[in-house]
Amino acid sequence: MQCQSCGLRPATVHVTRIVQGQVEQAHLCAQCAQESGEIDMLANPAALLQSLLANFAGQGQTLQTEKETRCPSCGFRFSEFRETGRLGCPSCYAHFRSELEPLLRRLHGTTEHRGKLPLRRGGAFERDRKLQTMRRDLQQAVAREEYEQAARLRDEIKQLESEGG
Amino acid sequence: MQIGEHLATPRSAWTSGRGEMADVVVSSRARLARNLEGFAFPGRLTPEVAAQVLGRVQAAVQGFGTGWSFVKLADLSPVDRQVLVEKHLISPQQMQEPEQAALAVRDDEGLSLMVNEEDHLRLQAFRPGLAVRATLDEALQADDRLEDALDYAFTPELGYLTACPTNVGTGLRISVMLHLGGLVRTRGIAQLLQVLPKLGLAVRGLYGEGTEAAGDLFQISNQITLGQAEEEVAASIERAAQQIIEQERAARRMLKEQALQQTQDRVYRALGVLRYAQLLGGEEAMQLLSELRLGVEMGMLQVSAEAVNEMLVTALPGFLTRTMGHDLQTMEERASRARLIRERLQKEGI
Repeated sequence: MQCQSCGLRPATVHVTRIVQGQVEQAHLCAQCAQESGEIDMLANPAALLQSLLANFAGQGQTLQTEKETRCPSCGFRFSEFRETGRLGCPSCYAHFRSELEPLLRRLHGTTEHRGKLPLRRGGAFERDRKLQTMRRDLQQAVAREEYEQAARLRDEIKQLESEGG
Repeated sequence: MQIGEHLATPRSAWTSGRGEMADVVVSSRARLARNLEGFAFPGRLTPEVAAQVLGRVQAAVQGFGTGWSFVKLADLSPVDRQVLVEKHLISPQQMQEPEQAALAVRDDEGLSLMVNEEDHLRLQAFRPGLAVRATLDEALQADDRLEDALDYAFTPELGYLTACPTNVGTGLRISVMLHLGGLVRTRGIAQLLQVLPKLGLAVRGLYGEGTEAAGDLFQISNQITLGQAEEEVAASIERAAQQIIEQERAARRMLKEQALQQTQDRVYRALGVLRYAQLLGGEEAMQLLSELRLGVEMGMLQVSAEAVNEMLVTALPGFLTRTMGHDLQTMEERASRARLIRERLQKEGI
Protein backbone atom coordinates (compact mmCIF):
# COMPACT_ATOMS: atom_id res chain seq x y z
CA MET A 1 0.00 0.00 0.00
CA GLN A 2 1.26 3.47 -0.89
CA CYS A 3 1.29 6.35 1.57
CA GLN A 4 -1.97 8.32 1.30
CA SER A 5 -0.19 11.58 1.88
CA CYS A 6 2.76 11.56 -0.50
CA GLY A 7 1.77 8.62 -2.69
CA LEU A 8 5.45 7.79 -3.12
CA ARG A 9 6.66 5.67 -0.24
CA PRO A 10 5.04 2.51 1.12
CA ALA A 11 2.61 3.05 4.00
CA THR A 12 4.05 1.63 7.20
CA VAL A 13 2.08 3.59 9.78
CA HIS A 14 -1.60 2.81 10.06
CA VAL A 15 -3.54 5.21 12.21
CA THR A 16 -7.05 4.67 13.46
CA ARG A 17 -8.83 7.78 14.61
CA ILE A 18 -12.29 8.06 16.08
CA VAL A 19 -13.79 11.40 15.14
CA GLN A 20 -17.33 12.10 16.35
CA GLY A 21 -18.03 8.39 16.58
CA GLN A 22 -16.79 7.71 13.03
CA VAL A 23 -13.78 5.48 12.57
CA GLU A 24 -11.23 6.96 10.19
CA GLN A 25 -8.16 5.17 8.98
CA ALA A 26 -5.02 6.72 7.63
CA HIS A 27 -2.17 4.85 5.96
CA LEU A 28 1.05 6.81 5.93
CA CYS A 29 4.73 6.31 5.39
CA ALA A 30 6.92 6.91 8.44
CA GLN A 31 8.11 10.25 7.14
CA CYS A 32 4.66 11.69 6.44
CA ALA A 33 3.39 10.27 9.74
CA GLN A 34 6.14 12.09 11.54
CA GLU A 35 5.43 15.30 9.68
CA SER A 36 1.72 15.08 10.38
CA GLY A 37 2.44 14.44 14.05
CA GLU A 38 0.53 11.14 14.02
CA ILE A 39 3.35 9.09 15.47
CA ASP A 40 4.01 11.72 18.04
CA MET A 41 0.41 11.75 19.11
CA LEU A 42 0.34 8.02 19.58
CA ALA A 43 3.56 7.96 21.45
CA ASN A 44 3.42 10.87 23.80
CA PRO A 45 1.18 10.82 26.90
CA ALA A 46 0.85 14.60 26.96
CA ALA A 47 -0.22 14.68 23.31
CA LEU A 48 -2.63 11.83 23.94
CA LEU A 49 -4.17 13.84 26.77
CA GLN A 50 -4.48 16.88 24.51
CA SER A 51 -6.29 14.84 21.88
CA LEU A 52 -8.63 13.36 24.48
CA LEU A 53 -9.32 16.81 25.84
CA ALA A 54 -10.08 18.04 22.33
CA ASN A 55 -12.67 15.26 22.04
CA PHE A 56 -14.10 16.36 25.36
CA ALA A 57 -14.47 19.92 24.19
CA GLY A 58 -17.79 19.17 22.50
CA GLN A 59 -19.20 17.78 25.71
CA GLY A 60 -17.84 20.83 27.49
CA GLN A 61 -20.13 23.15 25.56
CA THR A 62 -23.25 21.42 26.80
CA LEU A 63 -21.86 21.58 30.32
CA GLN A 64 -21.28 25.30 30.09
CA THR A 65 -24.99 26.01 29.96
CA GLU A 66 -25.14 24.58 33.47
CA LYS A 67 -23.52 26.62 36.19
CA GLU A 68 -19.84 25.80 36.22
CA THR A 69 -18.62 24.76 39.62
CA ARG A 70 -15.30 25.62 41.17
CA CYS A 71 -13.08 23.43 43.29
CA PRO A 72 -13.92 24.46 46.89
CA SER A 73 -10.26 24.16 47.90
CA CYS A 74 -8.53 26.18 45.21
CA GLY A 75 -11.21 27.84 43.11
CA PHE A 76 -10.18 25.97 39.98
CA ARG A 77 -12.70 25.68 37.13
CA PHE A 78 -12.84 22.52 35.03
CA SER A 79 -12.82 24.60 31.84
CA GLU A 80 -9.26 25.63 32.79
CA PHE A 81 -8.31 21.98 32.77
CA ARG A 82 -9.61 21.65 29.22
CA GLU A 83 -7.23 24.42 28.22
CA THR A 84 -4.11 23.44 30.13
CA GLY A 85 -4.41 19.73 30.92
CA ARG A 86 -3.40 20.52 34.50
CA LEU A 87 -5.57 20.48 37.60
CA GLY A 88 -5.47 23.11 40.32
CA CYS A 89 -4.87 21.15 43.50
CA PRO A 90 -5.10 17.61 44.90
CA SER A 91 -8.73 18.20 45.96
CA CYS A 92 -9.73 18.80 42.33
CA TYR A 93 -9.62 15.04 41.85
CA ALA A 94 -12.44 14.57 44.36
CA HIS A 95 -14.41 17.61 43.29
CA PHE A 96 -14.30 16.89 39.53
CA ARG A 97 -14.49 13.16 39.97
CA SER A 98 -17.36 12.60 37.53
CA GLU A 99 -15.62 14.65 34.82
CA LEU A 100 -12.26 13.00 35.37
CA GLU A 101 -13.31 9.37 35.63
CA PRO A 102 -13.97 8.76 31.92
CA LEU A 103 -10.72 10.54 31.09
CA LEU A 104 -8.71 8.41 33.53
CA ARG A 105 -10.33 5.32 32.09
CA ARG A 106 -9.24 6.29 28.60
CA LEU A 107 -5.75 7.24 29.68
CA HIS A 108 -5.03 4.33 32.00
CA GLY A 109 -7.81 1.81 31.38
CA THR A 110 -8.85 1.96 35.04
CA THR A 111 -9.53 4.35 37.91
CA GLU A 112 -8.01 2.24 40.66
CA HIS A 113 -4.53 2.66 42.11
CA ARG A 114 -2.67 -0.58 42.67
CA GLY A 115 0.81 0.68 43.43
CA LYS A 116 2.72 1.93 46.42
CA LEU A 117 1.05 3.24 49.57
CA PRO A 118 2.74 5.94 51.65
CA LEU A 119 4.84 4.21 54.27
CA ARG A 120 3.88 6.25 57.32
CA ARG A 121 0.13 6.36 56.71
CA GLY A 122 0.03 3.23 54.62
CA GLY A 123 -1.32 0.89 57.32
CA ALA A 124 -4.80 2.39 57.28
CA PHE A 125 -4.83 2.54 53.47
CA GLU A 126 -3.74 -1.07 53.28
CA ARG A 127 -6.66 -2.04 55.52
CA ASP A 128 -9.09 0.00 53.40
CA ARG A 129 -7.83 -1.64 50.25
CA LYS A 130 -8.25 -5.10 51.78
CA LEU A 131 -11.73 -4.26 53.06
CA GLN A 132 -12.75 -3.02 49.64
CA THR A 133 -11.66 -6.27 48.03
CA MET A 134 -13.39 -8.34 50.69
CA ARG A 135 -16.66 -6.44 50.33
CA ARG A 136 -16.55 -7.04 46.62
CA ASP A 137 -15.88 -10.74 47.18
CA LEU A 138 -18.78 -10.85 49.62
CA GLN A 139 -21.19 -9.38 47.06
CA GLN A 140 -20.02 -11.89 44.49
CA ALA A 141 -20.37 -14.77 46.95
CA VAL A 142 -23.94 -13.70 47.72
CA ALA A 143 -24.71 -13.40 44.01
CA ARG A 144 -23.40 -16.91 43.46
CA GLU A 145 -25.43 -18.11 46.47
CA GLU A 146 -22.29 -19.35 48.20
CA TYR A 147 -23.61 -18.55 51.64
CA GLU A 148 -20.96 -20.34 53.69
CA GLN A 149 -18.26 -18.38 51.94
CA ALA A 150 -20.30 -15.18 52.32
CA ALA A 151 -20.77 -15.74 56.05
CA ARG A 152 -17.05 -16.30 56.48
CA LEU A 153 -16.23 -13.12 54.57
CA ARG A 154 -18.81 -11.14 56.55
CA ASP A 155 -17.17 -12.20 59.83
CA GLU A 156 -13.72 -11.40 58.51
CA ILE A 157 -14.85 -7.96 57.39
CA LYS A 158 -16.40 -7.29 60.82
CA GLN A 159 -13.20 -8.41 62.47
CA LEU A 160 -11.03 -6.17 60.28
CA GLU A 161 -13.37 -3.19 60.75
CA SER A 162 -13.28 -3.52 64.53
CA GLU A 163 -9.47 -3.69 64.48
CA GLY A 164 -9.35 -0.27 62.89
CA GLY A 165 -11.46 1.17 65.75
CA MET B 1 29.90 19.58 45.84
CA GLN B 2 28.85 22.97 44.49
CA ILE B 3 26.37 23.30 41.66
CA GLY B 4 29.12 24.98 39.64
CA GLU B 5 31.01 21.70 39.55
CA HIS B 6 27.98 19.92 38.10
CA LEU B 7 27.68 22.63 35.48
CA ALA B 8 31.34 22.50 34.51
CA THR B 9 31.58 18.81 33.62
CA PRO B 10 29.86 16.91 30.82
CA ARG B 11 30.07 13.85 33.06
CA SER B 12 26.85 12.62 34.65
CA ALA B 13 25.37 9.48 36.21
CA TRP B 14 24.26 8.29 32.78
CA THR B 15 27.41 9.04 30.77
CA SER B 16 29.81 6.40 32.07
CA GLY B 17 29.02 3.98 29.25
CA ARG B 18 29.01 1.10 31.72
CA GLY B 19 26.24 -1.14 32.94
CA GLU B 20 24.18 -3.97 31.49
CA MET B 21 23.51 -4.05 27.74
CA ALA B 22 25.64 -0.94 27.35
CA ASP B 23 26.15 -1.76 23.67
CA VAL B 24 22.57 -0.58 23.07
CA VAL B 25 21.29 1.01 26.27
CA VAL B 26 22.78 4.33 27.28
CA SER B 27 20.85 4.75 30.51
CA SER B 28 17.82 3.95 32.63
CA ARG B 29 15.78 6.38 34.68
CA ALA B 30 12.90 6.14 37.16
CA ARG B 31 10.96 9.28 37.99
CA LEU B 32 8.36 9.72 40.74
CA ALA B 33 5.94 12.65 40.79
CA ARG B 34 4.75 13.72 44.24
CA ASN B 35 2.78 16.62 45.69
CA LEU B 36 2.31 17.93 49.18
CA GLU B 37 -1.05 17.73 50.86
CA GLY B 38 -2.79 21.02 51.51
CA PHE B 39 -1.12 22.98 48.72
CA ALA B 40 -2.32 23.80 45.22
CA PHE B 41 -0.18 22.40 42.40
CA PRO B 42 2.81 24.60 41.47
CA GLY B 43 1.06 26.15 38.46
CA ARG B 44 -1.48 27.76 40.81
CA LEU B 45 0.70 28.80 43.71
CA THR B 46 1.52 32.37 44.63
CA PRO B 47 5.28 32.96 44.92
CA GLU B 48 4.91 33.19 48.71
CA VAL B 49 3.21 29.81 49.06
CA ALA B 50 5.53 28.23 46.49
CA ALA B 51 8.40 29.40 48.69
CA GLN B 52 6.80 27.54 51.61
CA VAL B 53 6.67 24.34 49.55
CA LEU B 54 10.28 24.86 48.60
CA GLY B 55 11.23 25.35 52.25
CA ARG B 56 9.56 22.12 53.31
CA VAL B 57 11.15 20.09 50.55
CA GLN B 58 14.55 21.61 51.26
CA ALA B 59 14.21 20.66 54.93
CA ALA B 60 13.24 17.10 53.95
CA VAL B 61 16.22 16.83 51.59
CA GLN B 62 18.52 17.69 54.49
CA GLY B 63 17.62 14.21 55.75
CA PHE B 64 19.63 12.79 52.85
CA GLY B 65 22.79 14.02 54.59
CA THR B 66 25.91 15.33 52.92
CA GLY B 67 26.91 14.89 49.31
CA TRP B 68 24.01 16.91 47.97
CA SER B 69 23.69 20.36 46.55
CA PHE B 70 20.55 22.44 46.44
CA VAL B 71 20.05 25.38 44.13
CA LYS B 72 17.20 27.74 43.31
CA LEU B 73 16.91 27.98 39.55
CA ALA B 74 16.24 31.71 39.70
CA ASP B 75 19.79 32.08 41.06
CA LEU B 76 21.23 30.54 37.90
CA SER B 77 21.74 32.16 34.51
CA PRO B 78 19.61 30.94 31.57
CA VAL B 79 22.71 29.23 30.14
CA ASP B 80 23.36 27.36 33.39
CA ARG B 81 19.75 26.25 33.43
CA GLN B 82 20.07 25.02 29.88
CA VAL B 83 23.11 22.94 30.87
CA LEU B 84 20.99 21.30 33.57
CA VAL B 85 18.38 20.46 30.93
CA GLU B 86 21.06 19.01 28.67
CA LYS B 87 22.27 16.84 31.53
CA HIS B 88 18.64 15.75 32.14
CA LEU B 89 18.61 17.19 35.65
CA ILE B 90 15.76 19.62 35.08
CA SER B 91 13.01 19.84 32.47
CA PRO B 92 12.81 22.40 29.65
CA GLN B 93 9.61 23.66 31.26
CA GLN B 94 11.39 24.31 34.54
CA MET B 95 14.16 26.09 32.70
CA GLN B 96 11.69 28.66 31.39
CA GLU B 97 9.75 29.22 34.60
CA PRO B 98 12.37 29.24 37.32
CA GLU B 99 10.25 31.16 39.83
CA GLN B 100 10.45 29.25 43.14
CA ALA B 101 11.73 26.18 41.31
CA ALA B 102 14.78 24.38 42.61
CA LEU B 103 17.01 21.42 42.04
CA ALA B 104 18.52 19.10 44.61
CA VAL B 105 21.16 16.83 43.19
CA ARG B 106 23.41 14.15 44.65
CA ASP B 107 27.10 14.54 43.85
CA ASP B 108 27.10 11.66 41.35
CA GLU B 109 23.90 13.04 39.71
CA GLY B 110 22.40 9.54 40.05
CA LEU B 111 19.61 10.87 42.24
CA SER B 112 17.99 14.28 41.99
CA LEU B 113 14.84 16.22 42.77
CA MET B 114 13.10 18.90 40.82
CA VAL B 115 11.03 21.14 43.07
CA ASN B 116 8.03 23.17 41.92
CA GLU B 117 8.06 21.95 38.37
CA GLU B 118 4.67 20.69 37.13
CA ASP B 119 4.41 18.88 40.48
CA HIS B 120 5.86 19.91 43.83
CA LEU B 121 8.39 17.12 43.61
CA ARG B 122 9.91 15.11 40.82
CA LEU B 123 12.35 12.59 42.16
CA GLN B 124 14.56 10.81 39.65
CA ALA B 125 17.13 8.04 39.80
CA PHE B 126 19.51 7.63 36.88
CA ARG B 127 21.94 4.83 36.03
CA PRO B 128 23.99 3.86 33.01
CA GLY B 129 22.97 0.81 30.99
CA LEU B 130 19.84 -1.26 31.49
CA ALA B 131 19.10 -0.95 35.22
CA VAL B 132 15.34 -0.55 35.44
CA ARG B 133 14.90 -2.35 38.76
CA ALA B 134 17.85 -0.65 40.40
CA THR B 135 16.71 2.86 39.43
CA LEU B 136 13.17 2.09 40.59
CA ASP B 137 14.39 0.74 43.95
CA GLU B 138 16.61 3.74 44.46
CA ALA B 139 13.80 6.18 43.68
CA LEU B 140 11.34 4.35 45.94
CA GLN B 141 13.80 4.28 48.84
CA ALA B 142 14.48 7.98 48.51
CA ASP B 143 10.71 8.50 48.34
CA ASP B 144 10.28 6.64 51.66
CA ARG B 145 12.85 8.87 53.30
CA LEU B 146 11.20 12.04 52.01
CA GLU B 147 7.84 10.82 53.19
CA ASP B 148 9.20 10.72 56.75
CA ALA B 149 9.20 14.49 56.65
CA LEU B 150 6.47 15.29 54.11
CA ASP B 151 2.74 14.59 53.87
CA TYR B 152 2.02 13.60 50.30
CA ALA B 153 -1.27 14.20 48.53
CA PHE B 154 -2.58 10.67 48.24
CA THR B 155 -5.87 8.80 48.16
CA PRO B 156 -6.20 5.02 48.31
CA GLU B 157 -8.36 5.02 45.16
CA LEU B 158 -6.25 7.22 42.90
CA GLY B 159 -2.85 6.92 44.53
CA TYR B 160 -0.44 9.85 44.40
CA LEU B 161 -2.26 12.91 43.07
CA THR B 162 -0.48 14.85 40.35
CA ALA B 163 -1.15 18.07 38.46
CA CYS B 164 -1.69 16.14 35.24
CA PRO B 165 -3.93 13.05 35.20
CA THR B 166 -1.40 11.31 32.94
CA ASN B 167 0.82 10.84 36.02
CA VAL B 168 -1.73 10.06 38.72
CA GLY B 169 -1.45 6.76 40.61
CA THR B 170 2.14 5.69 41.00
CA GLY B 171 3.47 8.96 39.59
CA LEU B 172 6.07 6.70 38.07
CA ARG B 173 7.66 7.14 34.68
CA ILE B 174 10.42 4.69 33.87
CA SER B 175 12.44 5.41 30.79
CA VAL B 176 15.26 3.72 28.98
CA MET B 177 17.51 5.57 26.55
CA LEU B 178 18.66 3.44 23.64
CA HIS B 179 20.99 3.96 20.73
CA LEU B 180 19.25 2.37 17.77
CA GLY B 181 21.79 3.11 15.07
CA GLY B 182 21.38 -0.33 13.51
CA LEU B 183 17.60 -0.18 13.31
CA VAL B 184 17.69 3.31 11.85
CA ARG B 185 20.17 2.25 9.15
CA THR B 186 18.32 -0.97 8.28
CA ARG B 187 14.94 0.85 8.27
CA GLY B 188 13.56 -1.36 11.03
CA ILE B 189 12.85 1.66 13.17
CA ALA B 190 9.52 2.69 11.62
CA GLN B 191 7.97 -0.63 12.52
CA LEU B 192 9.22 -0.35 16.07
CA LEU B 193 7.81 3.17 16.43
CA GLN B 194 4.51 1.76 15.30
CA VAL B 195 4.42 -1.23 17.65
CA LEU B 196 5.52 0.35 20.92
CA PRO B 197 2.49 2.63 21.46
CA LYS B 198 0.25 -0.41 21.10
CA LEU B 199 2.07 -1.96 24.05
CA GLY B 200 1.27 1.10 26.15
CA LEU B 201 4.77 2.48 25.74
CA ALA B 202 5.74 5.93 24.61
CA VAL B 203 8.73 6.37 22.37
CA ARG B 204 10.41 9.58 21.42
CA GLY B 205 13.65 10.88 20.04
CA LEU B 206 15.88 12.07 22.82
CA TYR B 207 17.05 15.14 20.99
CA GLY B 208 15.28 16.98 18.24
CA GLU B 209 11.63 17.74 17.66
CA GLY B 210 8.88 15.17 18.12
CA THR B 211 9.99 11.77 16.93
CA GLU B 212 12.88 13.20 14.95
CA ALA B 213 15.72 11.47 16.78
CA ALA B 214 18.98 13.30 16.29
CA GLY B 215 21.86 10.97 17.01
CA ASP B 216 19.56 7.93 16.76
CA LEU B 217 18.91 8.10 20.50
CA PHE B 218 15.43 7.00 21.50
CA GLN B 219 13.69 6.94 24.81
CA ILE B 220 10.99 4.43 25.66
CA SER B 221 8.77 4.94 28.69
CA ASN B 222 5.52 3.74 30.23
CA GLN B 223 2.34 5.69 29.54
CA ILE B 224 0.14 4.13 32.20
CA THR B 225 0.55 5.18 35.83
CA LEU B 226 -2.77 4.03 37.27
CA GLY B 227 -3.82 0.44 37.95
CA GLN B 228 -0.36 -1.08 37.65
CA ALA B 229 2.02 -1.65 40.54
CA GLU B 230 5.50 -0.15 40.21
CA GLU B 231 7.06 -3.59 39.78
CA GLU B 232 4.71 -4.41 36.90
CA VAL B 233 5.67 -1.21 35.13
CA ALA B 234 9.35 -1.99 35.63
CA ALA B 235 8.87 -5.53 34.32
CA SER B 236 7.05 -4.41 31.19
CA ILE B 237 9.63 -1.73 30.38
CA GLU B 238 12.42 -4.21 30.96
CA ARG B 239 10.75 -6.78 28.69
CA ALA B 240 10.23 -4.22 25.94
CA ALA B 241 13.82 -2.99 26.27
CA GLN B 242 15.15 -6.55 26.02
CA GLN B 243 13.19 -7.09 22.83
CA ILE B 244 14.37 -3.85 21.29
CA ILE B 245 17.95 -4.71 22.25
CA GLU B 246 17.62 -8.03 20.45
CA GLN B 247 16.22 -6.33 17.37
CA GLU B 248 18.96 -3.73 17.39
CA ARG B 249 21.63 -6.40 17.74
CA ALA B 250 20.07 -8.34 14.87
CA ALA B 251 20.11 -5.19 12.76
CA ARG B 252 23.79 -4.71 13.53
CA ARG B 253 24.53 -8.34 12.62
CA MET B 254 22.77 -7.69 9.35
CA LEU B 255 24.94 -4.62 8.77
CA LYS B 256 28.02 -6.67 9.54
CA GLU B 257 27.04 -9.55 7.26
CA GLN B 258 25.54 -7.66 4.36
CA ALA B 259 27.02 -4.18 4.44
CA LEU B 260 30.26 -4.40 6.38
CA GLN B 261 32.30 -2.22 4.06
CA GLN B 262 29.66 0.49 3.81
CA THR B 263 29.20 0.48 7.57
CA GLN B 264 32.93 0.68 8.22
CA ASP B 265 33.20 3.41 5.65
CA ARG B 266 30.56 5.51 7.39
CA VAL B 267 32.08 4.94 10.82
CA TYR B 268 35.61 5.83 9.73
CA ARG B 269 34.46 8.81 7.68
CA ALA B 270 32.63 10.06 10.76
CA LEU B 271 35.77 9.58 12.81
CA GLY B 272 37.79 11.42 10.17
CA VAL B 273 35.46 14.40 10.12
CA LEU B 274 35.19 14.58 13.93
CA ARG B 275 38.97 14.28 14.22
CA TYR B 276 39.82 17.01 11.72
CA ALA B 277 36.81 19.26 11.12
CA GLN B 278 37.25 22.91 12.06
CA LEU B 279 33.56 23.81 12.03
CA LEU B 280 30.77 21.54 13.21
CA GLY B 281 27.03 22.24 13.33
CA GLY B 282 25.00 20.81 16.19
CA GLU B 283 22.95 18.39 14.14
CA GLU B 284 25.94 17.32 12.08
CA ALA B 285 27.91 16.56 15.23
CA MET B 286 24.99 14.57 16.60
CA GLN B 287 24.79 12.47 13.45
CA LEU B 288 28.56 11.89 13.29
CA LEU B 289 28.66 10.94 16.95
CA SER B 290 25.95 8.38 16.26
CA GLU B 291 28.12 6.81 13.54
CA LEU B 292 31.04 6.84 15.94
CA ARG B 293 28.91 5.30 18.68
CA LEU B 294 27.80 2.55 16.33
CA GLY B 295 31.44 1.88 15.48
CA VAL B 296 32.25 1.61 19.21
CA GLU B 297 29.26 -0.62 19.87
CA MET B 298 30.11 -2.90 16.94
CA GLY B 299 33.71 -3.19 18.12
CA MET B 300 35.29 -1.32 15.19
CA LEU B 301 36.80 1.51 17.23
CA GLN B 302 38.80 1.72 20.41
CA VAL B 303 36.98 4.78 21.76
CA SER B 304 35.18 4.54 25.09
CA ALA B 305 31.41 4.90 25.19
CA GLU B 306 32.00 7.37 27.99
CA ALA B 307 33.96 9.61 25.64
CA VAL B 308 31.13 9.47 23.09
CA ASN B 309 28.57 10.45 25.76
CA GLU B 310 30.73 13.28 26.99
CA MET B 311 31.29 14.57 23.47
CA LEU B 312 27.52 14.48 22.99
CA VAL B 313 26.90 16.69 26.04
CA THR B 314 29.87 18.91 25.14
CA ALA B 315 28.41 19.54 21.68
CA LEU B 316 25.06 20.80 23.00
CA PRO B 317 24.49 24.56 22.79
CA GLY B 318 24.09 25.31 26.52
CA PHE B 319 27.16 23.41 27.55
CA LEU B 320 29.17 24.89 24.72
CA THR B 321 28.17 28.45 25.59
CA ARG B 322 29.00 27.90 29.24
CA THR B 323 32.38 26.36 28.45
CA MET B 324 33.30 29.31 26.25
CA GLY B 325 32.04 31.76 28.87
CA HIS B 326 29.98 34.01 26.58
CA ASP B 327 27.17 33.97 24.03
CA LEU B 328 28.39 32.45 20.80
CA GLN B 329 27.84 33.56 17.23
CA THR B 330 27.12 30.75 14.79
CA MET B 331 30.67 30.54 13.45
CA GLU B 332 32.22 30.65 16.88
CA GLU B 333 29.80 28.01 18.14
CA ARG B 334 30.69 25.69 15.28
CA ALA B 335 34.39 26.29 15.74
CA SER B 336 34.33 25.63 19.48
CA ARG B 337 32.21 22.51 19.04
CA ALA B 338 34.71 21.15 16.52
CA ARG B 339 37.66 22.04 18.73
CA LEU B 340 36.25 20.50 21.92
CA ILE B 341 35.43 17.27 20.08
CA ARG B 342 38.92 17.15 18.51
CA GLU B 343 40.48 17.61 21.94
CA ARG B 344 38.36 14.89 23.49
CA LEU B 345 39.31 12.45 20.73
CA GLN B 346 42.97 13.31 21.20
CA LYS B 347 42.58 12.55 24.88
CA GLU B 348 41.29 9.12 23.83
CA GLY B 349 44.51 8.65 21.88
CA ILE B 350 42.85 8.94 18.49
